Amino acid sequence: MAAKIQVPREAKRGEIIEIRILIQHPMETGYRHDDVGHLIKRNVINVLSCRYNGVEVFRADLSSGISANPYVQFYTVAEASGDFEFTWIDDEGLQGSERQSIVVKG
Amino acid sequence: MKRRDFLAGLAGSLALPGTALAQVDPLDPLVGGVTNGAPVKKGKVTLVLPQLADNGNSVPIRITVDSPMTEADHVKSIHLYSERNPVRNMANFYLGPRAGKAEINSRVRLAGSQRVTAVAKLSDGSFWYDTASVVVTLSACLDES
Repeated sequence: MAAKIQVPREAKRGEIIEIRILIQHPMETGYRHDDVGHLIKRNVINVLSCRYNGVEVFRADLSSGISANPYVQFYTVAEASGDFEFTWIDDEGLQGSERQSIVVKG
Repeated sequence: MKRRDFLAGLAGSLALPGTALAQVDPLDPLVGGVTNGAPVKKGKVTLVLPQLADNGNSVPIRITVDSPMTEADHVKSIHLYSERNPVRNMANFYLGPRAGKAEINSRVRLAGSQRVTAVAKLSDGSFWYDTASVVVTLSACLDES
């Protein structure tokens, strides 16, 4: 699962930073049919979480009510230099993860 | 009946439905699972949806909660409910004091024109909500493409 995640490369300590996540995923609702009339099984990303230096700062439970290629934007306070770790998992158990680092000054 | 009484009565009957609507949470049974029966008040939460969405498959949504986001007073979670989607609880977002700002942007699927509700749970245990109505021209979930 390809993902595009935007985290500022550097920030001042205490600054509120914006994080944008865009994951390539069909978010199959389970209500659509394929060409021969079979129901396509539901397959959505159900959990998405963001850890900042090992501490969870954001988590989302998603459902079929979220668009295909889910986009989530949220905020966090830049506290220390380190890593953001993003993980998500879909109904088929397929897990995705991405790591981004930030340099915090001041 | 005097003209004055009649007018007063008319004004009262017109005002009543409005106040009743403002007090009752339209999605109470569903929200009850989150609130455990606690009252959900209108306010603090701002839900922004376009008034008209051409395509229900991807509708931008913004939820902001008026909160200082400190250790003592912050938003714990935000729950999104749809009136007409087959899965009515669209998403739950869990935040904390480290968020700095209680704002979430995303994109949702909407099966038809409806009212969307966002419920926020604060660290003091109170619940707040806001609703937004959206007209969807092309509904999600129905097209087979």
